[in-house]
Amino acid sequence: MNADDIPGSVDTRVLNYLNRDYSLRSWLSTRDHKRIALLYLATITFFFAIAAVAAALMRIELLTPQGDLVVSDIYNRLFTLHGVLMVWFFLIPSIPAVLGNFVLPLMLGARDVAFPRLNLASWYIFVAGALLALYAIVAGGVDTGWTFYTPYSSTYSNGNVMAMAGGVFIAGFSSIATGLNFIVTIHQLRAPGLTWFRLPLFVWSLYATSLILVLATPVLAITLLLIMLERFLGVGVFDPKLGGDPLLFQHLFWFYSHPAVYIMILPGMGVVSELIACFARKRIFGYRVVAIASLAIAILGFLVWGHHMFVSSQSVYAGVVFSLLSFLVSVPSAIKVFNWTATLHRGSIRFDAPFLYALGFLALFTIGGLTGLFLATLAVDVHLHDTYFVIAHFHYIMVGGMVMAYMGGLHYWWPKITGRIYHDWAARVAAVTIFCGFNLTFFPQFILGYLGMPRRFHIYPPEFQALNVISTIGAGILGIGYLLPLIYLGWSLFRGAKAGANPWGATGLEWTTPSPPPEHNFDVTPVVTTEAYNYPEGTE
Amino acid sequence: MKAEGTRVESPYVDAAQRALAQQLGMWAFIATEVLLFGGLFIAYAVYRVHYPDAFADGSRRLDFWIGTINTAVLLASSLAMAIADIAVRRDRRRLLSGCLAMTWLLGALFLVLKGYEYHQKFVEHLIPGPHFAPAGGPAAPEQLFFVLYFAMTGLHAVHMVIGLGVIAWLFVLSRRGRLGPASPGRVELAGLYWHFVDCVWVFLYPLLYLIR
Repeated sequence: MNADDIPGSVDTRVLNYLNRDYSLRSWLSTRDHKRIALLYLATITFFFAIAAVAAALMRIELLTPQGDLVVSDIYNRLFTLHGVLMVWFFLIPSIPAVLGNFVLPLMLGARDVAFPRLNLASWYIFVAGALLALYAIVAGGVDTGWTFYTPYSSTYSNGNVMAMAGGVFIAGFSSIATGLNFIVTIHQLRAPGLTWFRLPLFVWSLYATSLILVLATPVLAITLLLIMLERFLGVGVFDPKLGGDPLLFQHLFWFYSHPAVYIMILPGMGVVSELIACFARKRIFGYRVVAIASLAIAILGFLVWGHHMFVSSQSVYAGVVFSLLSFLVSVPSAIKVFNWTATLHRGSIRFDAPFLYALGFLALFTIGGLTGLFLATLAVDVHLHDTYFVIAHFHYIMVGGMVMAYMGGLHYWWPKITGRIYHDWAARVAAVTIFCGFNLTFFPQFILGYLGMPRRFHIYPPEFQALNVISTIGAGILGIGYLLPLIYLGWSLFRGAKAGANPWGATGLEWTTPSPPPEHNFDVTPVVTTEAYNYPEGTE
Repeated sequence: MKAEGTRVESPYVDAAQRALAQQLGMWAFIATEVLLFGGLFIAYAVYRVHYPDAFADGSRRLDFWIGTINTAVLLASSLAMAIADIAVRRDRRRLLSGCLAMTWLLGALFLVLKGYEYHQKFVEHLIPGPHFAPAGGPAAPEQLFFVLYFAMTGLHAVHMVIGLGVIAWLFVLSRRGRLGPASPGRVELAGLYWHFVDCVWVFLYPLLYLIR
């Protein structure tokens, strides 16, 4: 019961999706894409925190060459926990399920996603998978690494492989549901006049991501199912002792998990396109090429999985082809980086916090991408495979790329989501802290890997200590950087100034609604007559 | 002033848009399913190349006639479903109920025959695991054939069970007169799904029963 129900009382509040009903039930049974986005936000923040603690413990252990803090078995469980949670329960849902869910229908001028009930179901499926994974961790953890390589995972590991694989298996269906929903939404629910080449680039990148979600995730599902079958029944699907082929597992696993890398970077690229256009006040240079590049990455991304297997017993000819294709996939990514940079040229740039994250993304993604070329080179990979060079490379993409973009997007749309402005300088300080902490953590790992320090060990030769100490200090700074937003974003919820509909002066349909948007998004279905990023010219 | 109802309105502007969206959604779902089965098909291909003889032996232990009859049963079931789709568009209510019933019964017959086949395999110690002991001596590669046989037909059977549930629900709706030409969507979508499950079997049948 609230004041609305008392006859004669005058309601002075403007109803929006947040204040129209505060009950827990209204949240748990909501079909509103904006609320579902916030449910995802809370869930993945929780898992990010757990996985970050595991990373912190590993970095503390690596302060000294000896094993002081944990024994090798616990260390194995820590990096598995970190990998599984970060990949499946944070990164993959991060931008699509949180920011994508929130802004996609708004960007399209739609009332909601195409299948609102499926959208809510996807969150429940996600939580079910996450709970099973949590159970696996609480019951003792898993020591296989996030890749579940056979036959170790299927036959020898004494961890809770069944529960962990089951959790990932279930969470996969939430990915598929989200991807399917987005594909149909983008095809069917665009506002009148919103043609494909008028779409914001974030929508293009979500579309490409959704294609991968729908086409790659089921392969992971069936692979995990076969592992569980093998472990449960003791039959050798992948066990060479029983005639199985462990390489087949690797092929199936990477057929999903390499495209999954693009699930974890394409949405970030989309967010960065939005940020750069807004804060440089310009249309993205070569809009069409950037849009098509997203699709090109999604397609080529399906053809490069073998570069994870150069030192397995994969055929040498396959290796050569996979190496070539891996170089090819870098072309559309590089095109994007060049086009973003070209967009900045003669833009009228505002250095607000979201833009700092976007700049950070550009720098870190470029380093991550270039070092990927080293790893795609067959001979160099033989030296660098399974060293810290690989760790540094993919963290530059996943954390330096995707997490920076996620943070940038969260800061960019925060006023839209909450209706409040956060403290700008605090946000800028956090962005710079994260950037510095990140580089301090991971750049030394390139050198460590080049010098030959293998990954997945809790002890190492003493000559590697100096660089490891630098890395751990960096991780501490990075951790502080991640804590800061919790404080000032939380503070803004209560004390932040009202944002107004369009605090950044950005283009895009999402900025034409009030902040926070009403439950039905638009009072009148908008009609689109211009291209995306239609900023006034001549502001140089 | 009272807040408007808590239920989110439909995101669609009209029924036509909704129908298009649902069709596209079902096709996207089928694409996902193709890749789900695809993992098993690729495993089958790899092991067949590794162990051609063991796979030929395994195939000979399957009951050719049950497999063949089941193929005919399932194709007939798909035919009934296709007629149901026409019936709902032309508002032929009795034909619709009859066809849905026929689809369901043939699908159930398929599962019964499949269950009988599984039972046979159990009796012959052909279930993979510690008791796997085919006549003529156990061989590890042959067990792989049966792992894949049970995984592929089992996953297919799970899809059949789901499909039977959907068709039973449609049958109830049709008996209550709730399916008509104004909203043919449900029958059409269920039909797409049912034909897809049928298609999977069309590939499973030659791979498991015919290639020797």
